Amino acid sequence: MKRIALLGMPNTGKSTLFNRITGASARVGNWPGITVDLMSAKVLMGGHIVELIDLPGLYDLHGFSDDEQVVRHFLSNNEVDLLMIVLNSSQIDRQLSLALQIRNLGLPTVLLLNMQDEAKRSGITIDSASMAAKLNMPVLQISAKYGDGCPAALQKASQQLSVVNAKILPEEISRRLEAENQIEAEMQAIVKTTVQLPLKLADETTDKIDKVLLHPLLGLPLFFIAMFLLFQFIFTVGTPLQGGMAWLLGEFRTLALEPLLANLPTWLNGLLLDGIYNGISTVAAFVPIIILFFLVMTMVEDSGYLSRAAFLMDAFMAKLGLDGRGFVMMLMGFGCNVPALMGTRVMRSRGMRLLTMLTIPLSLCSARLQVFLFMIAALFTAKQAPWVMFALYMVSFGTIFLTAVLFKNQFQNKEPFILELPPYRFPTAMQIWLRGWQEVKYFLKRATKFIVFGVVMVWALTHYPTDVPPASMGTLAGQIGALFAPILNPLGIDTQLAIALIFGFVAKEIVVGSLAVIYGLQGDALMHHMALSLDWVQAMSFMLFTLIYTPCLSTIATLKSESKSSGFMWLSIIWSLALAWLVSFIFYQSARALGF
Amino acid sequence: MKPLNDLNTGDYATIHAIDAEQSLHQRLLALGFRVGKKIELIRRASFNGPLHVRIGSTDVILRASEAQLIQISH
Repeated sequence: MKRIALLGMPNTGKSTLFNRITGASARVGNWPGITVDLMSAKVLMGGHIVELIDLPGLYDLHGFSDDEQVVRHFLSNNEVDLLMIVLNSSQIDRQLSLALQIRNLGLPTVLLLNMQDEAKRSGITIDSASMAAKLNMPVLQISAKYGDGCPAALQKASQQLSVVNAKILPEEISRRLEAENQIEAEMQAIVKTTVQLPLKLADETTDKIDKVLLHPLLGLPLFFIAMFLLFQFIFTVGTPLQGGMAWLLGEFRTLALEPLLANLPTWLNGLLLDGIYNGISTVAAFVPIIILFFLVMTMVEDSGYLSRAAFLMDAFMAKLGLDGRGFVMMLMGFGCNVPALMGTRVMRSRGMRLLTMLTIPLSLCSARLQVFLFMIAALFTAKQAPWVMFALYMVSFGTIFLTAVLFKNQFQNKEPFILELPPYRFPTAMQIWLRGWQEVKYFLKRATKFIVFGVVMVWALTHYPTDVPPASMGTLAGQIGALFAPILNPLGIDTQLAIALIFGFVAKEIVVGSLAVIYGLQGDALMHHMALSLDWVQAMSFMLFTLIYTPCLSTIATLKSESKSSGFMWLSIIWSLALAWLVSFIFYQSARALGF
Repeated sequence: MKPLNDLNTGDYATIHAIDAEQSLHQRLLALGFRVGKKIELIRRASFNGPLHVRIGSTDVILRASEAQLIQISH
């Protein structure tokens, strides 16, 4: 099998080309020598089975950013038969330096000048034959977005694979990477003779849109309106989709699984249905929301607006040790934490990405909202309700900012904040769909086992020993709740509520359902009982704890898979538990001290 | 000679020197920041936010702290 690596500067459409070649067959994999996941796929290319790898975007083979190191480590540890370099034709006058650096590695290379459609529109003409002769490598002009020139590029690549070359070992590449070289002069000479640039190179449409969207006064309000609309869209479309998914899974359970498993012993039936099947359902419930989120995210990112959002919000976010893109992810976290955590991948500095990931689980997501709406309906009047809700959102923002400020020195961002502003572009439907699909595959692959295991654990805790009612005081969960009584009593959280918190560890969606099981009551009867057994101070304290402590197993699984660090996952869990306890404690004790 | 920071919105200047440390310097080079190149300040974000500049065919945003390290002359 041959191996081809795709590499190029950021925003050159490298991943678009990768998706065009590989379709939906790409998968995420680990590679020797590097700590981030790379997308790869096996494709048939002119008689060769080829493994195609999408390397992270880099500006400079000798640069110091995390991504640039990843590419160097990859090339120093993995054999590659062919490099396909993707450059943006419109910026060829500066991007050519990357091709020259790579040529010096001595690996077989094909240079693809992408976005030829845009370049043509801005009046750039490139003499690719003459450039190929000067660079001593094949040069082809393509449009990865619309597919022009792509078949020819692939054909050229497979031809290059057939040429027998002496293999260059990764160790040799590693040595050549060390050698610094004089590229500047050669680049200018080549550009001068092969590229015709028009005098003024401004994309007028982009300029006009920027005048409005980046307006000193209108820019920020428009940003918030755009975010609000996107959020509403995810919410209004996502909620019925999630409901539909839950309905489907429930129907499958009652119509197919329950009759099928009815003859099994009770414990096995419980393990299969309430344990494993519920676990799988928990995972499945996230599928529509992740697809939807990334449909929106791809539009925001590929259109070029995400970098603009960074521009608008940076002044504020820089004080928190974050950048403007982090703010977009946090807002998305108010819909659902899981895809927001996955979305932080746009941040290429690990320190800043981890800091953002530490703050996202504190966003009041829609699952937590359900718990609060139930508790508020049970314990507060209709007049008080909006204020309670508002207070909870404020606490959510407050904990996010507090966390960022407290941890910003631990997760320092070493990369300078310098971003390219690409021209506005329309992403194609195919780009949007592939992204959503890939993210779902990634989530399912990384999170399923972990989540199913967690759900089975909680099922076991609330069902053993078997001679007492499920989720009652006598079960393991009840005993754990009793064990934590000395810690939770100062917060006004009794053992019943403590058991609900253990359920809440799996998913906030099941907290209300678990209260029904714990108290053995349903609907209005449950609300009535809770109103009698709790006062508003206790209820508020319980809600504060629910808001701040670990949102759900899926979030934990995502924290672990995205950070690739169990240590970071534990930091997030422990920090959120400690903060939840502290906030609830301060609230409960001061409310009581004030005589409420 | 003055830092890029002091350029007025809408004005052009020529890059005279880049005083950044190596990693920042390399990134700036890759984005087209070179001595002798024309640079235009398109706009500034509110509340002393980043600068939006244009060099050749590339639009770039950078923070004031980084723009401080780039010396320009008219």
